[in-house]
Amino acid sequence: MENLQNLVSEALEKVDQANDVKALDQVRVDYLGKKGVLTAQLKNLGQLSAEERPQAGAKINEAKQQVEAVIREKKAALENAALAEKLKSESIDVTLPGRGQKTGGLHPVTRTLQRIEGFFKNAGYSVEQGPEVEDNFHNFDALNIPAHHPARAMHDTFYFNAETLLRTHTSPVQIRTMEKQNPPIRIICPGRVYRCDSDLTHTPMFHQVEGLLVDKDVSFANLKGTVEQFLRTFFEDENLNVRFRPSYFPFTEPSAEFDIEWASSKTGWLEVGGCGMVHPNVLKSSGVDPEEYMGFAFGLGVERLAMLRYGVNDLRMFFENDLKFLEQFN
Amino acid sequence: MKFSESWLREWVNPSLTTEELEAQVTMAGLEVDAVDPVASDFSGIVVGQVVSREQHPDADKLSLCQVTDGTENFQIVCGAANVREGLKIPFAKIGAVLPTPDGKGFKIKKAKLRGVESFGMLCAESEMGMAESSDGLMELADDAPVGADIREYLKLDDSIIEVDLTPNRADCLSVKGLAREVGTLNKVDVTEPSIPAVPASIDDTVAVNLKATDACPKYVGRVLKGVNVKAQTPLWMVEKLRRSGIRSIDPIVDVTNFVLLEQGQPMHAFDLSKLDGAIEVRMASAKEELTLLDGQEIKLNGDTLVIADQSKALCIAGVMGGEFSGVTTETQDIFLEVAYFNPVAIAGKARNYGLHTDSSHRFERGVDYRLQAAAIERATQLILDICCGQAGPVVETVEAASMPLEASVELRASRVKQVLALELPKAEITDMLTRLGMGVTETEAGWSVDVPSYRFDISIEPDLIEEIARIYGYNNLPVNTPMAALELEMKDETQTPEQLIKQYWVDRGYQEAITYSFVDPKVQKLVDPQVEGLALANPISADMGVMRTNLWVGLIKAAEHNLNRQQDTVRLFETGLRFVPQANGELVQDPVISGLICGSRISKGWTNQSEKVDFYDLKGDVEEMLGLGGKAVGESGVSFAVGSHPALHPGQCAAVLKNGKGIGVMGALHPELQKKLGIKTPLFVFELLLADVMQGVLPAFKAVSKFPEVSRDLAFVVEESVQWSQVESIIREKAGEQLIQVTLFDVYRGQGIENGRKSLALGLTWQDPSRTLNDEEITSWVDSIVLGLAEGLDAQLRG
Repeated sequence: MENLQNLVSEALEKVDQANDVKALDQVRVDYLGKKGVLTAQLKNLGQLSAEERPQAGAKINEAKQQVEAVIREKKAALENAALAEKLKSESIDVTLPGRGQKTGGLHPVTRTLQRIEGFFKNAGYSVEQGPEVEDNFHNFDALNIPAHHPARAMHDTFYFNAETLLRTHTSPVQIRTMEKQNPPIRIICPGRVYRCDSDLTHTPMFHQVEGLLVDKDVSFANLKGTVEQFLRTFFEDENLNVRFRPSYFPFTEPSAEFDIEWASSKTGWLEVGGCGMVHPNVLKSSGVDPEEYMGFAFGLGVERLAMLRYGVNDLRMFFENDLKFLEQFN
Repeated sequence: MKFSESWLREWVNPSLTTEELEAQVTMAGLEVDAVDPVASDFSGIVVGQVVSREQHPDADKLSLCQVTDGTENFQIVCGAANVREGLKIPFAKIGAVLPTPDGKGFKIKKAKLRGVESFGMLCAESEMGMAESSDGLMELADDAPVGADIREYLKLDDSIIEVDLTPNRADCLSVKGLAREVGTLNKVDVTEPSIPAVPASIDDTVAVNLKATDACPKYVGRVLKGVNVKAQTPLWMVEKLRRSGIRSIDPIVDVTNFVLLEQGQPMHAFDLSKLDGAIEVRMASAKEELTLLDGQEIKLNGDTLVIADQSKALCIAGVMGGEFSGVTTETQDIFLEVAYFNPVAIAGKARNYGLHTDSSHRFERGVDYRLQAAAIERATQLILDICCGQAGPVVETVEAASMPLEASVELRASRVKQVLALELPKAEITDMLTRLGMGVTETEAGWSVDVPSYRFDISIEPDLIEEIARIYGYNNLPVNTPMAALELEMKDETQTPEQLIKQYWVDRGYQEAITYSFVDPKVQKLVDPQVEGLALANPISADMGVMRTNLWVGLIKAAEHNLNRQQDTVRLFETGLRFVPQANGELVQDPVISGLICGSRISKGWTNQSEKVDFYDLKGDVEEMLGLGGKAVGESGVSFAVGSHPALHPGQCAAVLKNGKGIGVMGALHPELQKKLGIKTPLFVFELLLADVMQGVLPAFKAVSKFPEVSRDLAFVVEESVQWSQVESIIREKAGEQLIQVTLFDVYRGQGIENGRKSLALGLTWQDPSRTLNDEEITSWVDSIVLGLAEGLDAQLRG
């Protein structure tokens, strides 16, 4: 049995010397394989007496297991080292920028309009659109602004000829909707409008969003509630103070302008839009009976809202389409 | 409308501070634009009188004066030209503080001027912050109490309030109207000055003929003789006018302006000696000439109402008087005019001549049609008080049938409650309307309301409801949200929402642009030479003169803007209307989606060099958009064909078709156009009708085959001019119904291929839903394709 001890020592030494999985496997074959030297020891058991055999067999198995365990251990160590080496060689600089196309972005006016449309769609309003080259009837007459009316001069209208013009507000869409649809009507009309005016605070084209609700029992309280809620939703401020001032629009009666409380404004208030109860003449000219139905309407400038919301200080930037401006809203 | 607070308070004096008053009228719909002090802060200035004046010994332009403050005399050196003995002036004594722009004030000290001591300073209006500039010392009235504090004497502790009135509130373009409003808001009574009739002491009259009674149904005139035009307008009137932004001219003009401000009635005074016979109120004859008060010579239009005498036009009615017949320093006898002009007749006339006057502003909006008699009495009394003279009888010429109808409006309590969601006590509403000057009768249903002659904005029930809401206070009214039935809306599933299409382009790396709908006609002509764009009659500038016929002009300009600012890659899209005039005169306003790319495909980076975009980059993006509606290109009826457009490269232009109908075009911008526009970077653009892009299809299920696919790769050599779409269509025709896919995986030119020809390598895949396809079938389809391509397109199968 002296010999067994020597064989084990010899095997362990060879395991120790094995530097890769292949060499280690050779050791396993040489000692534990079918023709391995430790396996051969078992074959010699036949030469022993029946009494000696179990004890000697046990010892040989013990020796085999000992070598097997060491090989397994060594193999795991070698494999771990190899994996670590492989992973190390595959390491990259994860802080390098990614590959491919960058995404673009929506124009801030569209972004603003989409938010507004979203609020109202969720409340059951639908979005209506209409032509921008309009006629006098839809832009003025049907809105209770007859030809001689001072309000017509105030609109700074772009004309093509005596009858055709660029709409000065999106209100013609309200008329066109009422012409084709019976109440109840709940719509908002976003879109481009045009006024012949250009300076620091005016561009000859800008965007408006108007709302119209026509139903059997509509009150000024409904209008106030809707406008107030809209502004609070838009500015995400449940406590935003909104006030209503009497004003004048030919197409509404009573009419109001509405202001929001705004710290940086000189008076503490900032005008953001106009509204009112739809004038009976407007309902009539669209074929709606003003005794049976009432309505309210409101309108706001989209660029102005976007400027307040995002802190833009120059209106004209909206139409320069400078990527350095546009990308700020991506 | 500008007015002084103290003037208003003479009429109605609620216990409110200036700030409270400002807030109150703003919230009642008379928006206060500005509140300014009548004079800047100063102190220590009193009424002084020049006792004596002599020349300064060492300076030509300086005077040496003795000035009294009522108790002692002071030696003053003064540089003003109008200083003279006996004159009463504002006198800043030593220790007085004059206003300075920085607000710190300037303290008057003893000074030496050219060797002579001066103990104080005599002041001009500008030096007290009462005017922008002054010609000389402020000359105080002869009866000014010497020694009195100037602030008290001139009532300078006052504010100028400017209200921005909406066009419906002409009734507030006077102190009288504002007072009525403030009285109503505060439930305070208004004190009007009494205007007794001035009896005639002479018989002189001027005949008046109304020749255009629709425009002028009422004309009140009066002759005043022997008036002293050189008399001094009293200080109180000058100050009231000044605080309303009107300069004192002479007592006659001052009085007419005063009545305009106080009563809201514009009026005019003629030099009686310049009138040739009877007054005629008539329409101007075309090209009739008139020299206006401001010296401007104009040619009148036939639609303009004029006041004329027997030989010529004298005034543009309700707008401006003429120079010839106006009051001058030589005038002794005057003819006063107070008329009612129909707003419709006056509206827009001043504007047509580039004019805007206090008078036209009021007449256009409506002047109280019952005010004329009172106004002429008020003016007469004031003129006689200041200028002496004698008054003739008031002559009123009226065409009753053309006067505004006196209206009465029924107001239902139930409607008030319904609109305002509020029930107010009946008496409260009666009180509000009564204070506004309305004749109110309570009825069973509510009220019957007589509309006052100054309220041109009240004709129907909602007008009265607005008055109630206004006086009650908009912000005091209830707030709630509308109730509506929770109904579900029908929705067409095949419509791709515009929002989703926009988001698609954003995801593809495009930035949304919004460009002006009117563009430079020159560029428009270059980009779309075959269409005459719709031109604006009054463009804001020449380069915004014509409506776009496509969105490219704006996008090209935007691209240029960015390329000029070192942007290496530009990808833009825009949606909006284009405006295309048709041969029949109609205008088609179609919503389109348009886009543009140029520069690098992907900005140069560590993973790639900066490859430039080409036609196929844009095409890929367009194709995928057209697949948003449910099906890929080819299956959705969309196809691309060789197209042409004057703005595009003839060899790189595709027409986009949907079920055979053209829905748009895409391609490279024509190199010649690029050159004309001065843009070096090649631009690629597209434009498609949005409605067709949004129209998708409803998905329809087809069984998924369990049987294997069979594929074959083939390569054909064809003429360079052969289009892929031609090849594809022959393949689809010949390959049998089981063909499920054709993929073009290589286009090769060069070695091994004859010059002028190209090799197309393609992969074909077949699959049957119910069985496995056999080799013979595939071979027969391939043979059929090979034959078809050879016959149709002279294609050779590559070995």
